[in-house]
Amino acid sequence: MSGIGTGYDLSTGTFSPDGRVFQTDYAQKAVDNSGTVVGIRCKDGVVLGAEKLIISKMLEQHSNRRTFPADRHAGMAVAGVAADGRSVVSRAMAEANQYKSIYGEAIPGHVLAERLGSFMHLFNLYGGYRPYGVSALLATYGKEGPQLYLVEPSGVTYRYFGTAVGKGRQGAKNEIEKLKLGEMSCREGIQAVAKILHQVHDEEKGFEMELAWVCEESGRHFQRVPQQLADEAEAAAKAALEAEDMDD
Amino acid sequence: MEPGGMAQHDFLSQPVSMGTTIMAASYDGGVVMGADSRTSTGTYIANRATDKITPLTDSIYICRSGSAADTQNLSRYVQWFLEQHGMELGDEPEVKTAAKLAQMMAYQNKNFLQAGLIVAGWDKHEGGSVYAIPLGGTLVKTPFTIGGSGSAYIYGLCDKLWRPNMTEEECRAFVVKAVSHAMARDGSSGGCIRTVTISKDGVKRTFTPGDQVPVAAGELPPPQRAVPAQV
Repeated sequence: MSGIGTGYDLSTGTFSPDGRVFQTDYAQKAVDNSGTVVGIRCKDGVVLGAEKLIISKMLEQHSNRRTFPADRHAGMAVAGVAADGRSVVSRAMAEANQYKSIYGEAIPGHVLAERLGSFMHLFNLYGGYRPYGVSALLATYGKEGPQLYLVEPSGVTYRYFGTAVGKGRQGAKNEIEKLKLGEMSCREGIQAVAKILHQVHDEEKGFEMELAWVCEESGRHFQRVPQQLADEAEAAAKAALEAEDMDD
Repeated sequence: MEPGGMAQHDFLSQPVSMGTTIMAASYDGGVVMGADSRTSTGTYIANRATDKITPLTDSIYICRSGSAADTQNLSRYVQWFLEQHGMELGDEPEVKTAAKLAQMMAYQNKNFLQAGLIVAGWDKHEGGSVYAIPLGGTLVKTPFTIGGSGSAYIYGLCDKLWRPNMTEEECRAFVVKAVSHAMARDGSSGGCIRTVTISKDGVKRTFTPGDQVPVAAGELPPPQRAVPAQV
């Protein structure tokens, strides 16, 4: 070991001298390098969208899912280490199920978000564990109306009108801020998300888009956006982007 | 009396039980819960002014029948669960949730409990609602329900008199009338009548002393209180 301030990144068990837990920071980095994941809350629901980088031409369509239902009224999109994401989703399903069996009601968004936060936080406390390399966008539509939450590897949770995580998060957030989310329907929302994902995608390799929503149109059930709608939205988004390029 | 022994009083060996009349009925805007006030150990009246309508939260109450000990402790568990739940929720628990928790306790411990329960109250999502949790631990949402040993005598009366969209006063009068009829026929029900009315405006209690309980057909009027002699 050389120098002061080194050697503090081997486990979450020790703070660095300036008060950081490096493993937690690195987990956040794993998310920051992931394909972009976007979530927006529209007036009638929440739309989640994920940019899935195609790692092989031989990959079947729809493989390596990024969006998952957690309950009838709740679902999530995960950015970061996909395998970790599955584990977080499975915990979300278990929490939703358990809540319903005890209290006889669907789990409210903020309770699910806080419970997932507590769960993920646990992995920042012990020397033998590493944090989840996952940021999870959680979309719910319960009695409180449509809500969007973000749960980070550190266990912190936020509630957003709209946000983005992953590689293209900065550009995506700028675009989201320009949207009039309070006046936008989810139908319009999927097109906006599709457009943003195409805008911030900056690699030679193509990508597959995954869209999911929970809204009035889906009967307040979380589901992947029907393929035909998703294709239409993507086509419209591409057309809009090309039209903008022509103007430039 | 046994030869050479003490007089055998049955209340020394009997469980403290609420051979009871309890009920809850919904009206336009809330619920009225009602109960008699008798607690017996065998033939001995251990308490003639019992309160069988116990709060679970500020706006959810439970009517208890069966073993006094079992239902008191069950209620305290549910109170505690709801307090925890309210904190996590950051809001008032729903009546449905309170009923579900009471039902879980009743069902999971059914072999050890003697508990017939009615959970009722008001919440902002459903308004007033009534849930019956009879002995086995089923959970039934219903516009009105009756329970306890005295209820057997008033099924017909209640089926006849209850109607939807009553006013608060009509509903309370219905509850007091039904409970008084049960008290007239059921030896294990008696004493006073308590009601709890729950709506968006909060909780109101009424108390009808034993000598003011409406008289059922064929009954003698209650004895008048002694009037001090005029000097």
